[in-house]
Amino acid sequence: MSAPGALVAERVRWAAGPRLVLDDVDVTAPAGAVTGLLGPNGSGKSTLLRIVAGVQPPGGGRVALAAGGAADEDLLAMPRRRRARTLALVEQDASTDLPVTVLDAVLLGRTPHRGVLAGASDHDRRVALAALDRAGAVGLADREVSTLSGGERQRVHMARALAQEPRVLLLDEPTNHLDVAAQLATMRLVRSLATDGVTVLAALHDLSLAAATCDHVVLLAPGPGGGRVAAAGPVDEVLVPHVVDPVYGVRTTVLRHPRTGRPVLTFDT
Amino acid sequence: MADVRVPARPGRAAVPAGTVAGAVAASALVLSVVVAVTIGPAALTPGDVWHVVATRLGAGGALGIATPDRLVDGMVWQLRLPRVLTAAAVGAGLAVCGVVMQALTRNALADPYLLGLSSGASLGAACVLVLGATVLLPVAAFVGATAALAATLGLAAAAGRGGIGGAGGLTPTRTVLAGLAVSQLGAAATSFVIFWSATGDQYREILSWLMGSVAGATWTSVAIAGGAVLVLGTLLASTGSVLDAFTFGDTAAAALGVPVARVRWLLLVGVALLTGALVSQSGSIGFVGLILPHAVRLVVGARHRALLPLSALCGATFLVWADTLARTVFEPRELPVGIVTAAIGAPVFALLLWTGRSRA
Repeated sequence: MSAPGALVAERVRWAAGPRLVLDDVDVTAPAGAVTGLLGPNGSGKSTLLRIVAGVQPPGGGRVALAAGGAADEDLLAMPRRRRARTLALVEQDASTDLPVTVLDAVLLGRTPHRGVLAGASDHDRRVALAALDRAGAVGLADREVSTLSGGERQRVHMARALAQEPRVLLLDEPTNHLDVAAQLATMRLVRSLATDGVTVLAALHDLSLAAATCDHVVLLAPGPGGGRVAAAGPVDEVLVPHVVDPVYGVRTTVLRHPRTGRPVLTFDT
Repeated sequence: MADVRVPARPGRAAVPAGTVAGAVAASALVLSVVVAVTIGPAALTPGDVWHVVATRLGAGGALGIATPDRLVDGMVWQLRLPRVLTAAAVGAGLAVCGVVMQALTRNALADPYLLGLSSGASLGAACVLVLGATVLLPVAAFVGATAALAATLGLAAAAGRGGIGGAGGLTPTRTVLAGLAVSQLGAAATSFVIFWSATGDQYREILSWLMGSVAGATWTSVAIAGGAVLVLGTLLASTGSVLDAFTFGDTAAAALGVPVARVRWLLLVGVALLTGALVSQSGSIGFVGLILPHAVRLVVGARHRALLPLSALCGATFLVWADTLARTVFEPRELPVGIVTAAIGAPVFALLLWTGRSRA
């Protein structure tokens, strides 16, 4: 049923010991769109992203790329290196103490594209520089990653993911700890990637930012039986008080942005 | 660090700084070995060293070299050369082990010493020395190193289990803390073995071993340490690209298509084997695996394809000179070389911490 290129996760389950973290979660992220993964802390957003990325095996369920008519590509059964050329993950707060330059950090994104023991080729360098340029960070290429600000580092991580040349981009709270300008810059980049046809699934905390930048949202709710999908669909259908309030335990008022007409969520304090 | 200055001419990597540094480091090592052999109570010249080596390798006749004096031959071939070469092999191996450990734990402070490997190897060695079964020393050191590594990683992984999100991986902090615990336990157990059963002579022997020394090195030591470095060290040093992928942690490496669990397991076993082989010949020598990679990173950056071979070369040169100091400073008394590496390493380490403040 899903259009080609869509990322489809079905009945994904995962338990940490006796505690169920994800309980039969279904998520679809259409190609060429930004899908926001929302939900309170502990609803399993990061876990779901890790499972979809193939970094953590699920307790059950399947993750696939819809191929439209033809057989879906099973992402979990895919060889690791091919999966890493198909799908990139930008983690939260990835850092290092080692004195790595920005260009070298972005070149890491080329790892799945070259031989296991091979070094970076000229083509790899060109792709890495283009990725840095796209992320608006080409001027940082010679800097050490550990000396960058939060916003700069986020751009570098985005560039590293772009250097993988993925069809699917998974982002775990990409705007965390960023000032508002850096948040907007990050989301603008994400939107432009989606316009180019990349399937984006991004875990986000800020509901108004999600409302302003996502095409679709999936709202996860924590429950005694683990995180489950409370609602999924277009922003205007999901980010409404009677859906949001019970999940977060808050009272929401939805305003309209005077220029964009997008929903803006405010909360009773 | 000089290849590909951005964004101009990405095609021109030309002669990267790594290659130049490698050639310099390799020449420095060869020169150091030759010069270090000439240094000692009896004065020798580089020519003497060259003559002995050429003759011993069966090329003396072809090169028209007169058969060297027997005393000179004995001094070079039986005493100094095995010792210098063992020092070089141990230094190279420790540096490589340090780099690999640092990459896998994402901690610039990790080295075989810190993660309990040396202390485990020492415990194995102390047991064997007390029992008088010196032939078993390499085996005991290896078993000790492996057991200590297993304990450290097991402890770190167990502490990580059940975390939210099941991250479960080996975080740098957890690994180092676990290594510290295992280290302390190993040291305490070694002390106990010494306290309980060592006689006066054994005590001296164990102590010199704990401080690290290549004083008794023979061609067998060269074969064991050198062979281990050539085989295991080369294997480890060839994994540069894979180690790079660990820069931002296990999850990032997995997302780049690296089979994280398998790679880490293989590399750590390699490190344990190599450390065991080295420690069995030299005792536990600290700071080489810690300081050398640090210094080399300052020159060529953190890319492991350059860092690993260069650290090996510099580690070898460093230990050759540290051992030369150890046997000459208080002539005719000899210091354990571990004291020299600590005397150099600790201040350098403090300096690194000091200059690293601004970054933290």
